[in-house]
Amino acid sequence: MIDDRSLRLDGNAAGGLLNEVFPFEMTAAEVVCAGCSTTKLIAELMLYGHGMGSVLRCPGCDTAVLRITHIRESYRLDLSGVTSLQIFERAS
Amino acid sequence: MAKQLKWQLGTVVEIRQETPIVKSLVLDLPDWTTHQAGQHVDVRLTAEDGYQAQRSYSISSSPEDGHVSITVEAVANGEVSPYLTEVLSVGDQLELRGPIGGYFVWSAAASNDNTPLLLVAGGSGIAPLMAMLRHRAASATMVPTRLIYSSRGFDEIIFRDELERLSMADRSLEIFHTLTRQQPDGWAGYSRRIDREMLSEIVWSPEKKPLAYACGPTALVESVATHLQNLGYEPGNIKTERFGPTGV
Amino acid sequence: MGEQFISRGFVGRARETDSERKDRVPPGQYETTEFPVLSAGPTPNISLDRWDFSIYGEIAEDLKWNWNEFRELPREKVQADIHCVTKWSKLDTVWKGVSVETLLQAVDLDSQPDVRFLVAFCDGGYTTNLPIVDVRNGKAWIVDEYNGRPLAPEHGGPVRLLVPHLYFWKSAKWVRGFKLVKDDRSGFWETAGYHNYGDPWKEQRYAGD
Repeated sequence: MIDDRSLRLDGNAAGGLLNEVFPFEMTAAEVVCAGCSTTKLIAELMLYGHGMGSVLRCPGCDTAVLRITHIRESYRLDLSGVTSLQIFERAS
Repeated sequence: MAKQLKWQLGTVVEIRQETPIVKSLVLDLPDWTTHQAGQHVDVRLTAEDGYQAQRSYSISSSPEDGHVSITVEAVANGEVSPYLTEVLSVGDQLELRGPIGGYFVWSAAASNDNTPLLLVAGGSGIAPLMAMLRHRAASATMVPTRLIYSSRGFDEIIFRDELERLSMADRSLEIFHTLTRQQPDGWAGYSRRIDREMLSEIVWSPEKKPLAYACGPTALVESVATHLQNLGYEPGNIKTERFGPTGV
Repeated sequence: MGEQFISRGFVGRARETDSERKDRVPPGQYETTEFPVLSAGPTPNISLDRWDFSIYGEIAEDLKWNWNEFRELPREKVQADIHCVTKWSKLDTVWKGVSVETLLQAVDLDSQPDVRFLVAFCDGGYTTNLPIVDVRNGKAWIVDEYNGRPLAPEHGGPVRLLVPHLYFWKSAKWVRGFKLVKDDRSGFWETAGYHNYGDPWKEQRYAGD
């Protein structure tokens, strides 16, 4: 049986993709999870890089915080799991 | 400052065989500015029919080094790592973008000697931590540092000789190896997977408010993070970078 | 715009299909003998004594089967070719389960002809949508065995939907039921830019194809 943990990475690995959409260092950005209202860094989210798209989930409640697909020269972001997103112009 | 990364081309200037299945690729990148220890690059390969494959690799060189190097483990049935470790040659070009990462980073300038550093690596997870250790050495900082490094066997320890030199030259750096599958005769180090007991024997006490970085296979990283929290480490002071399944 | 850099000597995974089987592999696909695990979330963990399968929605009566009731339904073996939108196809996969037709027989669909769509919902929150005609008459199953063994959790166990004539994202893992509706409702990947129907023989991968 495949250990479920082998199927996930973390938000560090989504940094390049997110930078295609937001011209900032995104792994250090903060989200408030719509599922449990806790604040997490994007780097701390669980990345399920499905092959069809990227799904970033809250490590606490598994809510799909961010869903991104890049299809035919357009990016689709489902942000329904984000209550708010804070992007820092400069990484600390 | 807004910054959109562009794909850039680097030239392979040196290939170092680190272990039987691990190589470091040293790259000359004319469009590179600088990076922080712990950051990574995305590497993109393109076949003649347009097919593309992309993977992330941690930068193992320090910011002080003139070149950028990545350290790649050949994964059986992999798609990108066999190309990087078996086909790519000195003189070839490689397309990458970076540096990426603003969380799993450490800089000597931002550190202080009262905050000890704990680094925990499994296998190729040593790569970003090696960038940190090289940067630490180049910065002549004495921040107390302990590295716990899990490898399958003695010959699988990546950067083995350099790690020994670094710790011999610097009493504020201590390195603890654990070999999980095979140990050489006379081995005096640990010989099992990292567990809570091992960590409790090695890690800084939580009162010192240490900063911890754990990198390697997802299962190892998550179990180390859990143990450290149970040993009293602040969750916000435990930084993790998952590399996926063992051997990827 | 510069030309794309080509990596000398890079070929990537084998993407050629044996010519004998080419007519079974839809356009743009290649055959694999592996069974890749692709996941959009953690593998759900549900015990069989809490598992059930429901059919509800804009219909007269809700239906529900627990595990024992499900296992007592007429079962059949299914051999099918499956096609993932990420371009791999796997031929002659063998499953065992219950035809969706068997489940839908308990719903009086003839008296509600305007209920034409379903949303499949799953443990973990995944959803996908299908026209009801695409799961009737031997086109779809709810399966609990793969290759003669109980379906592994990473492949959708205990029970997944199997709809081989469409791209495999429609064969929802960890399926727990159908909501039957009058108006089509796009699911997890359909709202993310993938095709609403997903016929691999027409290469309907993305919205607008």
